Formats: sequence, C-alpha cells, structure tokens
Amino acid sequence: MLTAVGSLTVLGITLGTLLGIAAKYLAVQGDALEAELEGLLPGSNCGQCGFAGCKAAAAALAAGNAQVTLCPPGGRAVAATLAAKMGHAFDAGGTAEAEPLVAFVHEGRCIGCSRCIQKCSSDGIVGAPKQIHTVLSDACHGCGKCVSECPTEGIEMMPIPVTLATWHWHKPAPQAIDTRAKAEA
Amino acid sequence: MQEYVLMLVGTALVNNVVLVKFLGLCPTMGTSGKVETALGMGMATTFVMTLSSVLAWAIESALLAPFELGFLRTLTFILVIAAVVQFTEMVVRRVSQPLYQALGIFLPLITTNCAVLGVALLNVQEGHGFIQSLLYGFGSAFGFSLILIVLAGLRERVALADVPAPFAGAPISFVIAGLLSLAFMGFAGISTR
Repeated sequence: MLTAVGSLTVLGITLGTLLGIAAKYLAVQGDALEAELEGLLPGSNCGQCGFAGCKAAAAALAAGNAQVTLCPPGGRAVAATLAAKMGHAFDAGGTAEAEPLVAFVHEGRCIGCSRCIQKCSSDGIVGAPKQIHTVLSDACHGCGKCVSECPTEGIEMMPIPVTLATWHWHKPAPQAIDTRAKAEA
Repeated sequence: MQEYVLMLVGTALVNNVVLVKFLGLCPTMGTSGKVETALGMGMATTFVMTLSSVLAWAIESALLAPFELGFLRTLTFILVIAAVVQFTEMVVRRVSQPLYQALGIFLPLITTNCAVLGVALLNVQEGHGFIQSLLYGFGSAFGFSLILIVLAGLRERVALADVPAPFAGAPISFVIAGLLSLAFMGFAGISTR
C-alpha cells in the first residue's frame, strides 16, 4: 500500500512542479493598456457599445477599432478619462452629453411577469412573480435591457428624479466662461 | 521498417479510433463544424495522444509493472493525460489566441477524450514497446485528425445544402459520420492480406 500511495504522491508532485514551471515560462503577457482601459470602463457589461462586455470593448479600444466615446452609460466623463489614457485629444463639444437615465416601472402597466428582473445586469429591480416590480434607481446603471423585455411596455428610461439627495448646482457652461474671459480681455 | 509502416496505416485507417472503435465521438462532433477548428483540434489531440502514450508506456514499464501496481493504471494514466493537456492548453494559448478562443471548452476536455486514455490502455494491453507505443499513439491521433478534417469538410458543404428540417443540424452530421464509418470498413480488407 505504501508503494502505491508513495508512487502516486511522487507522480503528482513531479507533474505539478513541471506544470508550475511551464506556466511561468508560457504565461500570456496580457495587454497592459487593455487591462487599464477595462478598469476605466463601468464594468457592468451592458453591451450598449455593441461589444460583448467591457473586456471586449477595452480590447477593441486598445486595438484602435473603437472610439473613446463608445460607452453610452459612461457618458462624457468616461470618454474623457479614456481619451486621457489613450493620449487622444478629446473634443467634448462634439458629443452631446446624454443625461443619465434610469429605468422606471409604470406600475399601472406592470403585470408582475418578472422578465425584467431576469434581464437586469445589476440586480436593480425588486419584485416577485405576480407582484408589481420597481427599480432601485441607485442600483440601476441605465443599460436599458429591461425596456425591450417588458411585454406591456411598462418600463421607460427616465432622467434621475431630482430629490434633496440628488440635487446639485449646475456646472458652469463652457460658453459662459469664454464670454467672461473675453470681457476681461 | 515494414512493420512500423503497417502499424501506422493500421492504426490510422484500418482500426481508426473514431470510426471503427467508436472512441472520442464527443470532440469529433463538437469541433468538426469548421475546417480550421478541426485542424487545430486535430493538432492539439495529436500532440497530447502521442506524448501521453509515450509517457504512459514509461510509467507502465518503470513504475506500474515492477511494483505490481496494475490497479492504479487508470488513475495514473488520467493524471499524466491531464498534465499533458494542461501543458498543451498553455502552449496553444501562448501561440494562437484565436485558436484558443475557437477551441474553447473542447481544449481542456481533451483530458476526458476517451480515445486518449483508450490508446494508452490499449498500448499496455497489447504489450507495446517504446517505438511501438509512439507509433500507435501517433497513428491513432493521425486517424482521429483525419476524420475530424474530413468530417468538417463534409459538414461545411452540408451546411449549404437544403437539408430536410427534421435532419438539419446534428442528425445529418451523425448520418454523415455513419456513412464515413461504412466507407472505412473497406479498409478492413487491407489487414487480411
């Protein structure tokens, strides 16, 4: 019995060591830029850019097959950070700033089929079968997958409702700064 | 020399692993959709099968036979095959990322390809030596790759044909495989001469 146990142990350790050494020498050097770009993307894999998730989008971006403005949920902020990372000049004026939208369930039309819950990529919809569902707007990242899934067209993408918690001062518009600079000059 | 040539022809054509012994049908059906993936899978399996049958011979003659550990044969052979497959996976991933993506789950599943284990066990059963094991493994793998590529070529053509709805997809592929198997029975005539 000892020879059986011993020989298998030796065999296992030898093969494991050899594989470990081989893994070190054959390691795939992942594209460093690709990994960094993936880190800058939202990471919710919503697929709105047309690629199969954020990893594929980052790969396309690194290979130069996509624009820095590819990410609709990320909006202008993500486009600007991506452009900075890629070293591109980014013209913010060219892109219309999409207002951040979140899904909203019109409760009168919800039949409680729970299809939107299964589609939700951020677990942002609460509800149960035959109960009215609702969207947690904090968790919703605005991918819009649930909108097309709803059989009664009861889900709509809406701007985030202004409450005391979400209200903020308007950011100064670029034009206003320009006119002031001209006036001073 | 003649003996070795006969052995190669015998394992690749006459006693083909897929069509005569019916081993390794899962990867045969799974990766024969396109000729490129079939070629890649064939090369990966050839590497694994040749190397693992040689290593299995080495372990059998150095470890299992002298210490009378025959009951551990299946376990150790699977261990060796799994290690070789892991190594192959690393190499394929390093060499060709598109091939790695195309083969997908079927690459690690070479471990459970019964043809690989079957060849290693048949080597022991028939008492092959080093050169014989090498040729037996390589010949079987060559036959496997050949079938994979022939089947992939046929399936690529059938994909364009107007197949009746109940036969479309997997059923017609199995019908093709069956017809190929019938055709390979013709090679059985060679071995009697």
